[in-house]
Amino acid sequence: MISPAPLRHREIFPVAGLDLERAGTVSTEVQRVLRKLGVEPEVVRRAGIVCFEGEMNIVLYTPGGRIILLVYDDRVELIFSDQGPGIPDIELARQPGYSTAPNWARELGFGSGMGIPNMETNSDKLEIRSRPGEGTVIRAVILRRRNETEGSGEGPRP
Amino acid sequence: MKLKEVVKALGLEILVFPAPDLEVHDGYVSDLLSDVLAHAKPGELWLTHQRHLNVVAVAKLRELSGVIFVRGIRPGLDVLQKAREEGVNLFVSESDAFHTAGRLHRLLFP
Amino acid sequence: MNLREVAELVGARFLAGADLADREVNAAFAADLLSDVLAMVREEGVLLITGTVTAQVVRVAEVMNLAGVVFVRGKLPAKPTVDYAAAAGIPLLATPRTMYETCGILYTHGLPPAKRKPFPYEHDQPGSPPP
Repeated sequence: MISPAPLRHREIFPVAGLDLERAGTVSTEVQRVLRKLGVEPEVVRRAGIVCFEGEMNIVLYTPGGRIILLVYDDRVELIFSDQGPGIPDIELARQPGYSTAPNWARELGFGSGMGIPNMETNSDKLEIRSRPGEGTVIRAVILRRRNETEGSGEGPRP
Repeated sequence: MKLKEVVKALGLEILVFPAPDLEVHDGYVSDLLSDVLAHAKPGELWLTHQRHLNVVAVAKLRELSGVIFVRGIRPGLDVLQKAREEGVNLFVSESDAFHTAGRLHRLLFP
Repeated sequence: MNLREVAELVGARFLAGADLADREVNAAFAADLLSDVLAMVREEGVLLITGTVTAQVVRVAEVMNLAGVVFVRGKLPAKPTVDYAAAAGIPLLATPRTMYETCGILYTHGLPPAKRKPFPYEHDQPGSPPP
């Protein structure tokens, strides 16, 4: 389904664990980069949501990690990797409302169990690989040529 | 206004409804349990996105008239079970918090 | 409804972006949990009503192109958050009112809920007139 297309941009963003002051800044930076590259506004919006949730997961649950942004002509990819404790049950984590967030995180407005579901809703493909004790890698693909699903969506690019 | 009238007027889906004759004094919207513990008043109807088990305990402790899970959120079976044990009223609103709060506000203070 | 009218109705003051008081607000959404904002809000120009005052609220406002944020329950964000919002052009307002009161007042004055799929009962329930 994903055809080979030339890579237009590649950037790596480090994410520090538990740094709540800076958490979320990678997402706004990713959006700025995408806008500059002329990526479609709806794709920029979806990438921003996916990136924010992935970034918050790294900040809240792991000692740190990084986000790789890859921009192709036909898609945007975000790859989140961390050195965290891993996700014991990925199927459970995909369920809306399932959360392992500690109380302090809930009281700050995080941990409603919508993180991974939000990433799934806003990407066309979401792969999660996790090994307990070693870390998690999440790859999100957001297609730039969309002619189905999204009601208000954009037609195929010329 | 009696809770059963509010439930009917807002078209709420009933999950657990042991005390339909409770009086609804006002509403409270919050997703933060500590905030509800600190600031909600007895008789208020609580609107929330939280579906944590502790929602039931907090509602009971603050003597709230019930809990409305907004935007169609359904809590787990453990929450329903606990609410039955504690006699706490639970509902689901398909509208979001803003819309549900707005309609409740208008209903109570026309 | 613009931000100035919102501020007057709910007794809020501007923490940042007072120069943007004429900005129109299309709709409102209320939540403390940020993932709910990310999950539910589908349009731009939405006013967020929240009791969460972390730096992430402003980032979400930026990511979602919100019209502005009203902090309720008298809670105030830290200064770096306010400064960031001012620089990013995101109006921040603060009111001592509860989230419930803020929603009630704005809804009563005609501010619609953020757009989403309509539910059947909203049309056939006698007790739920549109704003």
